[in-house]
Amino acid sequence: MANISTLNTAAAGFDAVSDQVATGPRGRKPRRTFSPRNIMLYGTLIVAALYYLLPLYVMVVTSLKGMPEVRMGNIFSPPMEITFEPWVKAWAEACTGLNCDGLSRGFWNSVRILIPSVVVSIAVASVSGYALANWRFKGSELFFSILIIGAFIPYQVMLYPVVIALREIGVYGTLTGLVIVHTIFGMPILTLLFRNYFASLPVELFKAARIDGAGFWQIYFRIMLPMALPIFVVAMILQVTGIWNDFLFGVVFTRPDVYPMTVQLNNIVNSVQGVKEYNVNMAATLLTGAVPLIVYFVSGRLFVRGIAAGAVKG
Amino acid sequence: MHDVVSIKKNSVSIRDLSLAFGSVKVLENLNLDIRDGEFLVLLGSSGCGKSTLLNCIAGLLEPTDGQIFIKDRNVTWEEPKDRGIGMVFQSYALYPQMSVEKNLSFGLRVAKVPKDEINKRVARAAGILQIEPLLKRKPAELSGGQRQRVAIGRALVRDVDVFLFDEPLSNLDAKLRSELRVELKRLHQSLKNTMIYVTHDQIEALTLADRIAIMKSGVIQQLDDPVTIYNRPRNQFVAGFIGSPSMNFLPGELAEEGGKTVFRTNGVSFSLDGYEASEPLTPGRKVTLGARPEHIKVDSDIQGGEVHEAIVDIEEPMGADNLLWLKHAGHVMSVRIGGARRYAVGSKVRLAFDMSMASLFDAQTEERL
Repeated sequence: MANISTLNTAAAGFDAVSDQVATGPRGRKPRRTFSPRNIMLYGTLIVAALYYLLPLYVMVVTSLKGMPEVRMGNIFSPPMEITFEPWVKAWAEACTGLNCDGLSRGFWNSVRILIPSVVVSIAVASVSGYALANWRFKGSELFFSILIIGAFIPYQVMLYPVVIALREIGVYGTLTGLVIVHTIFGMPILTLLFRNYFASLPVELFKAARIDGAGFWQIYFRIMLPMALPIFVVAMILQVTGIWNDFLFGVVFTRPDVYPMTVQLNNIVNSVQGVKEYNVNMAATLLTGAVPLIVYFVSGRLFVRGIAAGAVKG
Repeated sequence: MHDVVSIKKNSVSIRDLSLAFGSVKVLENLNLDIRDGEFLVLLGSSGCGKSTLLNCIAGLLEPTDGQIFIKDRNVTWEEPKDRGIGMVFQSYALYPQMSVEKNLSFGLRVAKVPKDEINKRVARAAGILQIEPLLKRKPAELSGGQRQRVAIGRALVRDVDVFLFDEPLSNLDAKLRSELRVELKRLHQSLKNTMIYVTHDQIEALTLADRIAIMKSGVIQQLDDPVTIYNRPRNQFVAGFIGSPSMNFLPGELAEEGGKTVFRTNGVSFSLDGYEASEPLTPGRKVTLGARPEHIKVDSDIQGGEVHEAIVDIEEPMGADNLLWLKHAGHVMSVRIGGARRYAVGSKVRLAFDMSMASLFDAQTEERL
């Protein structure tokens, strides 16, 4: 009897467990959509987003208003009558100094500065980064250290020496001079970027290619380059935004007829003749900022992947 | 004239090779002759210089001093591609953006070999390694074993005299490792190339090698065939490095008893009958007796000789065999017996040493006597 009763209690205990198994927690733990945690999290994110979007909103609406509406002073109200007149004026008619052909001149100047600077600086930096990572030579570490120090010296210190240097080789005030300056000043950070990326690739790949008989350039073009696309995108974004947004070099090293877009924008916005055309200024600023913005939107995903690529074994 | 022909050629010869990274000496005055068609394994723990030596042979590292000959040609200053070598790496080092076929043919395309010759050689290598169905795939779509096969194929297509393997199986799981080990051995038997193989795995070394070179801090400790290495280790380092579970070492001294030299430890004497000494055993000398677990006999295995009594300390059944840890003369020693024979902890057993397979090492120099 005693045995049977213990058996029964054991069975009852087992039932209790199996009941719990049937009704108890199972699978993924449910989460409430409006938990305090989510409200805090998304609340903060939304406030932060609004804070940064508000100025952009003001710029866009102002640029779409006519001057009478701007003078009414309601900067947050949407335009009652949408007009693209300020955009056209900013692009093609706004005056800076003697020229009255708008920002378009600066835009094309910037493009002519941007393309050679980006291409040359990335080409040179990727090869030197590859050489520093894989073809160590006597003093290569010292060379690399000096290069890194170069990345941390403020540009302003070097302005005057560079002006003299450009004058001496006869390219001061020309687009060529500015392209050279951008190419050289982009070098330290880009070389660092490429060297670290190539150093993160397994060294056996390089050894295997050498045993297969490939030389310096063959390894670079056929083995390393195809593996380095993410870092090329990163370098491209850094250089495009950096060079496009540059103001200091543009204003120091060029003459008015070859001013880049940023310098021209400054001259339009800061010119003090007659009425301040806020709508034209806003449109001009948006036009100038469009290129880096588009680059970010198009390649932002690749950018993040490239930055992280160094950490992941590929 | 005829004499010249009959000389057996060395495939790879290393003369007084030294390599130092700054003040750190990795290799010092190393000499090594590898015979034509030989499978030589460089064995050692990490940091002993075995991979460095292999990289020097491949031409990927420049030696500080010394010479390297491959096929009786001084290649010390040659580029890796001109040395007639193929190399297989631990991490496979396949070019990720190329298909298997392109990976195999890369070296040939760089060397501008005619297209039909490339196709022929790739097909042959793929046939030998049975990777024909994988030729169009990218390395990322292959398993570890398949990748390593492709890596071996890349060395194969180059039609070289000497294959260099740098721990090629270390990244594979245990089952694949033993499979590929057998395949490598088969490959060597059919190709009859010289192969130099770096590993830290003693099983790979013992199973694959014609000769093993055991290295420690840049110096070759012993260069011999696996059986000699296992049974006649030249010093205590080699003895302890090879064998799992490792050799039992009993520190003691030589003594004289009844006109014979015996080994004595903690007051217990062991007869040395059957031991083949390479130098006279003088009483009073401090020595270490080394005996492998399978060279100590227990109970019914004893075939005569001096019998001692010991107590079972721990029993480790390992399936095929059973490892007993026995307490005797103040030492604990491991003994390998058949897997079916079981002993209770604390029980008494009789044990005898097979002195013909044991080793005596000088306590100071650790050299075998």
